[in-house]
Amino acid sequence: MAVLETQELTYTYSEGSPFEKTAVDHVNLRIEEGEIVGVMGHTGSGKSTLIQHFNGLLKPTSGKVLLDGKDIWENKEKIRDVRFKVGLVFQYPEYQIFEETVYKDIAFGCKNMGLDDAEIKRRVFETAHDIGIREELLQRSPFELSGGQKRRVAIAGVMAMNPEILILDEPTAGLDPAGRDKIINHIKNYHNKTKNTVLIVSHSMEDVAGFADKILVMNKSKLFCYDDTKKVFGRSEEISEIGLDVPQITKVFTQLKKQGLDFGKEVYTVGYAKDLLIKNLRERSI
Amino acid sequence: MLKDITIGQFFPGNSIIHRLDPRFKIVITLIYIMMLFTGSGVSSLAVGAAFTVISVFLSKIPFKMFAKSIKPLLPFLLVTAVINLFLVDSGELYFKWKFIKITEGGVNISVFMVIRIILLITGSSLLTYTTSPITLTDATERLLSPLKKLKFPVHELAMMMSIALRFIPTLIEETDKIISAQKARGAEIDTGSFTTRAKNMVAVLVPLFISSFRRADELATAMECRCYNGGEGRTRLRQLKSSPKDYTALAITIIFYITALITAHLLKS
Amino acid sequence: MNNIIEIKNLHFSYKDESGNSSAEVLKGIDLNIKEGEFVAVLGHNGSGKSTLAKHINAILIPTEGKITVNGIDTADESKIFELRQCAGMVFQNPDNQIVSSVVEEDVAFALENLGVPYKEMRKRVDNALKAVNMYEYRLHSPSQLSGGQKQRIAIAGIIAMQPKCIILDEPTAMLDPQGRKEVMSTIKRMNREQGITIVLITHYMNEAAQCDRVVVMDKGNIVLDNTPKGVFSHVQELKDIGLDVPQVTELAWELKKAGYDIPDDIITEEECVMAIQKLFKQK
Repeated sequence: MAVLETQELTYTYSEGSPFEKTAVDHVNLRIEEGEIVGVMGHTGSGKSTLIQHFNGLLKPTSGKVLLDGKDIWENKEKIRDVRFKVGLVFQYPEYQIFEETVYKDIAFGCKNMGLDDAEIKRRVFETAHDIGIREELLQRSPFELSGGQKRRVAIAGVMAMNPEILILDEPTAGLDPAGRDKIINHIKNYHNKTKNTVLIVSHSMEDVAGFADKILVMNKSKLFCYDDTKKVFGRSEEISEIGLDVPQITKVFTQLKKQGLDFGKEVYTVGYAKDLLIKNLRERSI
Repeated sequence: MLKDITIGQFFPGNSIIHRLDPRFKIVITLIYIMMLFTGSGVSSLAVGAAFTVISVFLSKIPFKMFAKSIKPLLPFLLVTAVINLFLVDSGELYFKWKFIKITEGGVNISVFMVIRIILLITGSSLLTYTTSPITLTDATERLLSPLKKLKFPVHELAMMMSIALRFIPTLIEETDKIISAQKARGAEIDTGSFTTRAKNMVAVLVPLFISSFRRADELATAMECRCYNGGEGRTRLRQLKSSPKDYTALAITIIFYITALITAHLLKS
Repeated sequence: MNNIIEIKNLHFSYKDESGNSSAEVLKGIDLNIKEGEFVAVLGHNGSGKSTLAKHINAILIPTEGKITVNGIDTADESKIFELRQCAGMVFQNPDNQIVSSVVEEDVAFALENLGVPYKEMRKRVDNALKAVNMYEYRLHSPSQLSGGQKQRIAIAGIIAMQPKCIILDEPTAMLDPQGRKEVMSTIKRMNREQGITIVLITHYMNEAAQCDRVVVMDKGNIVLDNTPKGVFSHVQELKDIGLDVPQVTELAWELKKAGYDIPDDIITEEECVMAIQKLFKQK
């Protein structure tokens, strides 16, 4: 079943002024429950504007956003409930931390939901554990933590709300490779455990290639494509043309194909490339 | 919200008013303010109004922009008018009920006061509408530079001012982002009761302060790395040159001012 | 070629308010950088790479050891402006290093501080803006620019000082792919056309792969110092200290481990394509 759906979703900034700009242009989408979706697009493609519609931070100029089949703007008063169902982690989320302890900051969202203290405590401990924040850190000030830890605390704050859909806007921006891998692994584990739908916004296909079921590409305010990861990588040349980074390994295999060495498969991870090459080399040597 | 504030907003253009030397514009504005407060009669206000209308016309800035900058001050104007209306007791009595009295003097003064404030806002808006904030800061620094001899920190103030101007857009953007992020965590910032809102403002202000301190720290290092060492011995890329049109504008203003003085004097006697 | 930067036995530890030293962040760095070189310093967060960069510009002074830049000892406070003119620094956050609300005035900032006369200043500012391809934006406000453009403005502000050396502390970490490309191509051009020595602090291996020399840091020490090919062939070591290698290098390494005859110093796509074709031709 589609957990999230948009119908002709359109958003225009500063309507009627000389700065008028349509940031999202008639987008139709159906996101199935439990999927991991990579959301891609370069700066200004409309992807950030799009995801802010999913939890009702922005209201469509025209068109609809349906959550579990219901228009989220049907009852304006209830829009805050949508934010509990669709958790959005912004870029550089460590800059939103404000409480005096890590515990309190992770608990902020749950508190706003009106949960009781026992449930909040349970959720905070569980999420902190799942995302690799040691228990003794919970009573410390979040501002004493390292950059990577702060980011995990901020993500935990949204995960603890246990939203049906978790959206992360460039969760690995500015991190080094080790920090990036850590966060990606925690997100994967979260998905395995909760089976909640996860959307990850990224500039780089390399980051999402390994684990996204589907990829959504925005270009010039329009939906460029939304399809299975494999199929999207089949169009890697077009994607490269609209200014997105295609993994180096995909480029190599595109090049090989052009030069007559076609393996008939889309390649986008090193592990898969290795297996594919070894299999083919063995077959040929027989 | 924050974006709707128009006072201090600059409208780029190429009118004669835009092209005047900012130092002259500041001096002219000061003379203009003196002109508005010369005497209490109709005459100086009429001269001031004429001067304002001509300047606004020359600036080619739509009149509604000025109306916009006056609008937020309407309650203040109203209060001023009412206070003057009831408290001033001179001239012919128009109306009396118990202790409330309205007199000719009261009516005159409250009307004059309102007109005077409107002209004052229009004139100073004209200065900020036609001069970019950074030019304005720069011109102020140069006008005040004689005060450096008295150890007044003219350069430092101007530098602070221009850095503040530089970071206003950045901080507005940042505030918007933090508000969205906290709303995404279910914080009620533009809804809910007054106390919840006030409480949730903490969730916006704390991150904003922390980030501003971080920015300030990084900026200070970056400035030092570019050999910043206070105002001593600095040269400037921005050159301010006065031309005959600036002197002409100043002369015209002075003529208006003198006219205002003379008419006020003549009417009095 | 002469060494422009000489670092001898550099130790550094931060001091807290009460004067107690923390654990050493840099533990005896020896490094010479030649004039005109394009060096990447690669390392994960906390490896000490940014601390090292801050020493070159005298933002930090060694607790032990010595650094000279163009013959100037960074600990010599009387020559600090001469030093900072010679070795300019670009920081990570593009917003927090732009001082003025007009692009060209920001580029002129250092020259204003140094008291460069107007005519000379005008010329240098224009040239610096042209060098980073931002001349047509000279009257814009920085808030209207993209991250990559802001970073190019910051570079122009340094170029205007006519330095011999530019140190860039993770200049692309906060940028999108487009901005990263812009900044990298600008830096490369500065190095090639103006002969400016570049020290690029980064954790992106594909950026390091574009340099002449890669210095890898871990826990306050230099662990590898070689050409990109020489460094990236140490795939296991790099992975162990939490760094990536280019995907093509990793693929070649994996194939080699599986017993195939493939060079271990592949760092570009072209090399990789050729090597794979060769493997299949041998069969």
